[in-house]
Amino acid sequence: MTTTTSPDAARPAGATTSTGPAAPAPWSALVNAALLGTERRLPPVAVRPGQGAAAALLDAAAVSTVRRRAALRPAPAGERPAPAPADPRPVLPPAARRRLALLLADRGGSGGGSRRGTAPDLTELLPQWLAAANGHGYRAPEALLPALLDAARARTDLRPAALALAGPRALWLARLNDAWKFVLRGSGGPAEPSAAADPGRVRRLWEEGLFAERVALLTALRRRDPREGLELLVTTWATERAEDRLLFLDSLRDTLAATDEPFLEQALSDRSRNVRATAAELLSTLPGSALAARMARRAHAHVSADRSADPAVIVVEAPHECDAGMQRDGVAPKPPSGRGERSWWLGQLVEAAPLEGWCERFAGRTPAAIVALPVADDWRTELHDAWCRAAVRQRNAEWARALLGAPAAPAQDAEVAPAGSSRDLTKLLTVLPADERARWVAEFIAAHGLSDAFRMLGVCAVPWAEPLGRSVVDALDIARDAGSYPWSFSGVMGLAERCLDPAAADRLDMLTAVTDEPEGASPGSGGYWSEAFQRLVGTLRLRATMRDELAPPSGDPDGRSAR
Amino acid sequence: MVRRSVGDMNPLGERWTTDQVLALAPDEASRRAGGKLAAPGPWSGTGADDGAVWGLCRGSGKKPYQAVVDIKGPAFRCSCPSRKFPCKHALGLLLLWAGDAGAVAGGEPPPQWAGEWLAGRRERAGGPGGAAAGSGAASRAPADPAAAERRAERRMRRIGAGATELEQRLTDLLQSGLASADRAGGGGSWDETAARMVDAQAPGLATRVRELGSVVASGPDWPARLLEECALLHLLGRGFLGIEGLPAPLAATVRSRVGLTTEAAELLAGPDAATVRDRWLVLAQQDSDDGTLTTRRIHLRGERTGRMALHLSFGGAHRPLDLALPPGLVLDADLAFYPGARPLRAALGERYAPAVPGPVPPGCGIDAALAAYGDALRDDPWLESWPVVLADVTPIPGRDGEGWQLADADGESALPLDPRCLGRSGPWQLAAISGGAPVTVFGACGHRGFLPLTVWDPAPVSL
Repeated sequence: MTTTTSPDAARPAGATTSTGPAAPAPWSALVNAALLGTERRLPPVAVRPGQGAAAALLDAAAVSTVRRRAALRPAPAGERPAPAPADPRPVLPPAARRRLALLLADRGGSGGGSRRGTAPDLTELLPQWLAAANGHGYRAPEALLPALLDAARARTDLRPAALALAGPRALWLARLNDAWKFVLRGSGGPAEPSAAADPGRVRRLWEEGLFAERVALLTALRRRDPREGLELLVTTWATERAEDRLLFLDSLRDTLAATDEPFLEQALSDRSRNVRATAAELLSTLPGSALAARMARRAHAHVSADRSADPAVIVVEAPHECDAGMQRDGVAPKPPSGRGERSWWLGQLVEAAPLEGWCERFAGRTPAAIVALPVADDWRTELHDAWCRAAVRQRNAEWARALLGAPAAPAQDAEVAPAGSSRDLTKLLTVLPADERARWVAEFIAAHGLSDAFRMLGVCAVPWAEPLGRSVVDALDIARDAGSYPWSFSGVMGLAERCLDPAAADRLDMLTAVTDEPEGASPGSGGYWSEAFQRLVGTLRLRATMRDELAPPSGDPDGRSAR
Repeated sequence: MVRRSVGDMNPLGERWTTDQVLALAPDEASRRAGGKLAAPGPWSGTGADDGAVWGLCRGSGKKPYQAVVDIKGPAFRCSCPSRKFPCKHALGLLLLWAGDAGAVAGGEPPPQWAGEWLAGRRERAGGPGGAAAGSGAASRAPADPAAAERRAERRMRRIGAGATELEQRLTDLLQSGLASADRAGGGGSWDETAARMVDAQAPGLATRVRELGSVVASGPDWPARLLEECALLHLLGRGFLGIEGLPAPLAATVRSRVGLTTEAAELLAGPDAATVRDRWLVLAQQDSDDGTLTTRRIHLRGERTGRMALHLSFGGAHRPLDLALPPGLVLDADLAFYPGARPLRAALGERYAPAVPGPVPPGCGIDAALAAYGDALRDDPWLESWPVVLADVTPIPGRDGEGWQLADADGESALPLDPRCLGRSGPWQLAAISGGAPVTVFGACGHRGFLPLTVWDPAPVSL
């Protein structure tokens, strides 16, 4: 009991027993007497005739208890928290608010069982619900903030979207609860702090703010004017911790500008190795940077066309040393175990050299023509792998297209991912425009089936554009006809639930029927496939409902097309 | 005067809100499971008329489950074997119906399996006294009044013997000292005494005795808490043994605290029935489950009278909870208060209109809340707390999860939050909704502090 009791509460307690007229003993004396026992010492209470000491003690304790409870006084108020900043974003429509509560309540509920039944997996739908709600510019309902923060704490993949929806009040709340400390460190806070407009506040926030607030501020400033943001960063750069320097540097990536070059060049001699490497990586993606030119010069010295041969052949002469200049420009001298150091150095040079330079180097050939050139002495895999990494780093769609080749080509495996290659087709795909990417994956699936397509599907824009959706469904249908169990495809199935266009639900309905199992099928597979397709259709319908629930309430309520 | 049933007041049939449906769920797991079934996927043959919703839900078995809900009760039936009530199928069906106007078609008559059950229910409801609280326990007049009186006397004697035995047990404890309760590993012997009280047909005493066992293990300061509880138990025992000399209201309080119950039907329809009609605002609805029995506590506040009321209902494996009232609804209805020196518990009688959303209730400050509890204690010294609506209070989060307070927005008075709520998410929801600004909170103000149950945002949020 933390409320204070006035020591000599004169209020009548109203207890129904009566004690003697003597002044009542203090409560602590009664407790001591009770602990000790009335056999050992007479309690400090009046004993009525015919009554035992123990009963008299109980009488007195009852009176005292009720008296103290009835005389509770307010406690002095502690320090009130500062009011949370206002969040002007609109509240969620009621249906969407309930949906969020359901999605959050389902956290980690369905784990364990191998069979997933026909009900949609709500946990997996939370990320896209959050993205859609953020797209509409809503704020999270205050009552759900604790659950939202708990969910974000458990799942780092949810954090940026969850914190964006939660907004400034979550930051306010997290300061009060140690369990939510991650909010104060993480990025993805309010994207456009109003402070960015006022130089005085900018300075104060930058110097005193939480890391999350500082990153958000830097990002906002950079969006407006990269130079202004960089100037702010430079003021405290020397005193930042190494891990913060790395994260700040990383946050420049999306807004990189030519004016950043001197700063990044300087960062090439940073105390931290990770900071140096990141600075070099950023510089190599900056068109026309001195580092890019140096790397091109180095790379071109080791890769050339043998003009005497017909047709032309690319000849590679890997570097013999990794000199101080290369190391300063971000080339790691020590290869991972199992790799020769010369090819390791070569790979890094080619990766950091601007891809445009190769067209000039090879007599104005297009990327596709260069990729088609034979390469002497087994250097082909090494060289093409490095070009793939360069295409990803430099976001060069033309090169990515050339390196990916035709998805349906026979022996595609041997062609694009030969033995010993570390090539990542999925990363390469991310460089292509969304519609082209979806088309490429669709053709790939049509030609090669689903077994290697899982990661590729993961980078396709949601909802899947046609013909991608259709080719995934067709491939699943083929897998069913082949008689395997659906859980061999549970990864793709799960993706399809989350990524297929909800409009496909009606077309898919026919697949939910239990079909006759084909000859030689795994026993019972027909029923399981039917169940899996039911879940797919159910999830698609649910996604359509969820999407409609998020629509701003201004529209006509009957125009919803949940079915 | 023609009595009209609730359904007649709304010929089009009320479509519930999803919140109303979710409030029916017996627990969080059912809420979740029901939410998953709230999609058209597993459902077929769904339909609704102005008083019922029905449908077939594909489950793991061959035959789909038949779920039907009488929304006027509400009452539920489902062919699934679940012990939860309502089961996830009934919840899913209601969510589907409430969430999407097109998902459950109206206009068709119910299929036979649903129609029979609904017709049976409506017939019973139309019968005499059928509207009374929907509890199956109709007021049956005792066959032989003299025998009933003998039975009652016998029970009073047995309880008296139990109370005397308990007195002895308590004075023995105080003679040898509370320290011995700790040494003797108290719990077991208290359970034994509690069993004796059950034998003596005094369940109220039994419950209190059982709690004594846990007090010993309740951390520092347990001797003070044990002495408090022993003293109040002693007060109750003495009160019962001297019940003849007590004023009638206090005697009624003692009777009910010992465990002698009054039939709700008798309160509503008996010879001494006195009901209070008001527009009752639902302040909170909470369920607790001790493994065999679910207790649903619905707190109400009369708009006109300002009176607080508490409706209790009990559910078990074969006895579903029959009333669901989400916070925020207003109910024009009769309540009959159970007798006592400080009446709070009430039975629900005639309902005059469908429940409608109500306003944020008016409330008081910290000082007045404590005074209300103190005042209530004058009538009923065994009260742990008294229900209070606090207006304009600011939650002050404590450090390290302890020491939370609710403070008057103006002034220096504050109430600590009841430590029992601190491990849960309630206080954080309270803080999140407040954002440092004053809010209206309903809860129980007692000697352990304030136990928040509902906060207005301005829609009520259960904590």
